[in-house]
Amino acid sequence: MRFLIPLGVFLVMVIFLAIGLSLDPRNLPSPLIGKPAPTFQLSKVEEPSQALTPESFRGRVILLNVWASWCVSCRQEHPVLLELAQRQEVPIFGLNYKDQLTAARDWLSKFGNPYEASGFDQDGRVGIDLGVYGVPETFVIDKKGLIRMKHTGPVTPQALEKDILPLVERLKQEP
Amino acid sequence: MSAEIGQWCLILAVLFAIAQGVFPLLGAARGIPLWMSVGRAAGRAQFLFLAIAFGCLIDGFIANDFSILYVASHSNSELPLYYRVAATWGAHEGSMLLWALILSVWTVAVTLFCRSLTLPFQARVLGVMGLISTGILLFILLTSNPFDRLVPMPPDGNDLNPLLQDFGMTIHPPMLYMGYVGLSVAFSFAIAALLGGTLDSAWARWSRPWTLVAWIFLTFGIVLGSWWAYYELGWGGWWFWDPVENASFMPWLVATALLHSLAATEKRGAFKAWTVLLAIFAFSLSLLGTFLVRSGVLTSVHAFASDPARGLFILVFLALVVGSSLLLYALRAPSIRDSAHYALISRENLLLMNNILLVTAAASILLGTLYPLVLDALQWGKISVGPPYFSNVFAPLMAPVILLAGIAPLFAWREASLAKVWGKIRWLAPAALTLGIITTALFWELKDIKVLAGLSMAFWLIGGTLLSLWSRVQLRSSVLEGLQSQSLSSYGMTIAHLGIAVFLVGLVLSDRHSVEKVVRLAPGDTAAIGRYDFIFKGIKTVDGPNFKAQEGLFEVRSEDQLITELKPQKRSYRVQRNTMTEAAIDPGVTRDLYVALGEPLDAGAWSVRLYYKPFIRWIWFGGLFMMMGGLLALLDRRYRRHKMDPLVTA
Repeated sequence: MRFLIPLGVFLVMVIFLAIGLSLDPRNLPSPLIGKPAPTFQLSKVEEPSQALTPESFRGRVILLNVWASWCVSCRQEHPVLLELAQRQEVPIFGLNYKDQLTAARDWLSKFGNPYEASGFDQDGRVGIDLGVYGVPETFVIDKKGLIRMKHTGPVTPQALEKDILPLVERLKQEP
Repeated sequence: MSAEIGQWCLILAVLFAIAQGVFPLLGAARGIPLWMSVGRAAGRAQFLFLAIAFGCLIDGFIANDFSILYVASHSNSELPLYYRVAATWGAHEGSMLLWALILSVWTVAVTLFCRSLTLPFQARVLGVMGLISTGILLFILLTSNPFDRLVPMPPDGNDLNPLLQDFGMTIHPPMLYMGYVGLSVAFSFAIAALLGGTLDSAWARWSRPWTLVAWIFLTFGIVLGSWWAYYELGWGGWWFWDPVENASFMPWLVATALLHSLAATEKRGAFKAWTVLLAIFAFSLSLLGTFLVRSGVLTSVHAFASDPARGLFILVFLALVVGSSLLLYALRAPSIRDSAHYALISRENLLLMNNILLVTAAASILLGTLYPLVLDALQWGKISVGPPYFSNVFAPLMAPVILLAGIAPLFAWREASLAKVWGKIRWLAPAALTLGIITTALFWELKDIKVLAGLSMAFWLIGGTLLSLWSRVQLRSSVLEGLQSQSLSSYGMTIAHLGIAVFLVGLVLSDRHSVEKVVRLAPGDTAAIGRYDFIFKGIKTVDGPNFKAQEGLFEVRSEDQLITELKPQKRSYRVQRNTMTEAAIDPGVTRDLYVALGEPLDAGAWSVRLYYKPFIRWIWFGGLFMMMGGLLALLDRRYRRHKMDPLVTA
């Protein structure tokens, strides 16, 4: 009997892999699209005495980028965000997800800070409200505070040019 | 035209792979010598056609044939010739073709070196390899054909991912694949032995050199990958516990365990059922690694493509290969009898502990790698398991491995006398600890417990390894004669174990004492790290073949002595419009100095990352030592062909 154990364990693993395969980690439509962004009040990573709330970007089209200092893929997308921030086409806000304050600040000072401000979401509550599945994720939020798009995984230059920025331009035209 | 030739060769290769997989196995089961002998010829023919197919793909890259979709997606007319050739395996389709080609290289090697094996055993080994090859080649043809045409043909290609435009990255995949795929030989030997009921020490003796070669390549591949991550990603790190890195590390751990348990099986006929299971595990983990990397179930910095159809194919293939082998194992293992008897205190048991620890370590990495997937499958949300998990789990498992490696070679097979061993190692622990304390106190701070522990363990391992060599040398009348009488494989073990110590020193010191500074520097400014002054001389624009770069010039001085000039670059690749940080490194035995450009700031100033990384090179030196140890063991006299007794089987 004991010689069957490896086979049994392997079969359980295959089942999970099969389920994993049917879930695409990159492309889950957010049920929140078209819905208002959740309200929150977080202290800013850069200046914990100040608060970041949706009021901070009401009336503007913005990107809300979920990041963490422990997230490897975030480093990959970071130069893209920095370049975008320099072009000043769209303000980027950050949601620092399940992180340590000092680690997050070190990260920003080391690699550069593309964010107008980052909210410090230590226990990930705001992330849960936003339906965050994995880090990094990026949301496009319109002037009325509605979520209009969600990009899962690192933002690539291609995704930026093809999907995100055209949408931002369209949303800017909206009243 | 070359794409069509390649396509035809690929189809012919599949047909030969099927022949190689079906006839020898059926022939061996029914005792038909003619069918059994098909394997060798079919294997060689398969290699020939795969080599032509691979050549055709390379030709497509050299000739800038952008009518081939794969070439158009991963190359560009501005890409230098060297990288165009390397781009052949720079993405999914081509790297799978390389996988298949390497498998056929191993197959040909088996047909060349295993001629003295009995025909049924040879036939079964080649048959199993043929079946694996059939699966991989069908996968390529059905889901990832590198020869697909692109109509209309684009004027130019999409260029190779700039991260891969680098020397280390061009040879990393072939080395790693040689290791991954090489484990298929040990696997096929294990399955053949299970099928034929010939699980004996001759089987272990024949499996050892093959496992060793695969392990050497795997070690080299992992070292290269880590070194590449260090200088190319520009973060100063060398290991990220990324799923793709884990995918190469798990087979390595299990292959290491397999090497040790094969020794016990060959020498003493012990652990047969366990060894054969390890051989299955090692290759299964290679396949699982391929699945994880190719299917996109886990997001990763390294992952090339994510395609559920491919993932499904590999998963079914994985389930068939691993499932059927484990089923075969479950059916046959109960009848395996270990001939060995050994006492509680014996080298056998120490090797068993080494095996348990290494396999547990591999299992915990597997758990950490798959855990996010399992949570996701249960719809409990998606998470990333970060380096903290792996460091916390891995260190406590590896510490006893290192402690055991220090003394295990001193224990005798069958039954060791604890008193005798104790007589030899009485002073080892105090000596290692004292040396650890002295070096830590001299060069760093005594209260740094991690450095103290790491260095003491390294001294323990070095001391124990040299002691065991000495105790074997001592048996001879003179030292010289004693040194000469040691087998190459015993030197191999010594060097590989010393390699662990070297690695450990690098790991602990670079982890604990690296200094990292992010500074704003205008031309003429100086930043200091310890006794090194970094003087920023300025920035100029440089043109590369397919990129433009901002190149900084830094002078590094120490006490007014010029140490070196460093020229880090910030490259912007024209076609993919990616920005790449090309760090500049001044390597040294006891320290690396590392400069990476950050972002341009106002008035000609730049944000700059400066690193001082003590002993970081020892990490890779350690890996190379282990590899050298493997090479020495491989050159051992007993693996010369005429010395190997053929398998005694009907």
